[in-house]
Amino acid sequence: MKFGIVVNEGPYQHQASDSAYMFAKAAIEKGHEVWRVFFYHDGVQNASKLTEPPQDDRHIVNRWTKLAEENKIDLVVCVAAALRRGIKEENLAQGFRISGLGQLVESGIKCDRLVTFGD
Amino acid sequence: MSDAKKFMFVNRKAPYGTIYALESLEVVLITAAFDQDVSLAFLDDGVYQLKKGQQTKGIEIKNFSPAYRALEDYDVEKLYVEKEAMDARGLTEDDFLVPVTVLSRAEMGKLMEEQDVVLSF
Amino acid sequence: MLNIINKSPMTSVTLDTCLNTAAGGDILLIEDAVYAATKGNAAEARLRQAMDQFKIYVLMPDLEARGLGDRLIDGISPVDYGGFVDLTSNNKTCQSWL
Repeated sequence: MKFGIVVNEGPYQHQASDSAYMFAKAAIEKGHEVWRVFFYHDGVQNASKLTEPPQDDRHIVNRWTKLAEENKIDLVVCVAAALRRGIKEENLAQGFRISGLGQLVESGIKCDRLVTFGD
Repeated sequence: MSDAKKFMFVNRKAPYGTIYALESLEVVLITAAFDQDVSLAFLDDGVYQLKKGQQTKGIEIKNFSPAYRALEDYDVEKLYVEKEAMDARGLTEDDFLVPVTVLSRAEMGKLMEEQDVVLSF
Repeated sequence: MLNIINKSPMTSVTLDTCLNTAAGGDILLIEDAVYAATKGNAAEARLRQAMDQFKIYVLMPDLEARGLGDRLIDGISPVDYGGFVDLTSNNKTCQSWL
């Protein structure tokens, strides 16, 4: 089955991004495809390469990058939400790309299931 | 359009206190531009999004409520308000910026079942 | 329909709204909504009553993280993230009640 995931909250502040990651990992382990993860609202902060958590904490941003690289997941950050919050190409973490809201709608159209994580 | 999916946007949050209502509306407009079958549902504090007479000058945040009136231009005409939520807030249909269909909880639940994609922000 | 709830019933009307509105189907409690699945919480009676209409699941890793893994109400089914995935694929649609 083809899954789309939406993440609406930033890392560390809210569990949404953690839950979405655990869900994505479990879906892949079960042989499903995670086609795209769309980051919206404060969720765009998940794409900041300036993120530096303490060493004993999980690195939410790098974790997404790694999962995406290993499983060919399209990590898309909403451009309007990103610019509002200071996320640009120059501070975008590896594996993420900035694009329009059409990419979210396309996830709804093309995926068998769209699962949203937010507040 | 035969391959159009039924998208429902469930709005349960008030405007201005958080940005969700505004950014949700942006997705609605894009979804309509993709020629999908779009419905908006307003439950709980989400019904406050539709209140007439929003004046945001004093808080220096853009008043985005006129955008609900523009939905018609995008052929988004299915706006549903849950009656119990409206009643609980002392509002009536006359308080809203745009024409809406008022549904009971049961009718709303049934409508949700008919959707292909349900998005909530 | 899979209804996903992520807020505590003691701080948010979300669970109540879902129970009042949704036509039936499955409910999965995740994140702070897992408190609703614990014995003795204020929403217990409401949730037990809803069991006629809904099948209720709780995400165990979230319940265990909050120190309440041993307080699960009888009749609520525990799932892990794999079970969460199965619930989304077994239902035609899912709705996160945010």
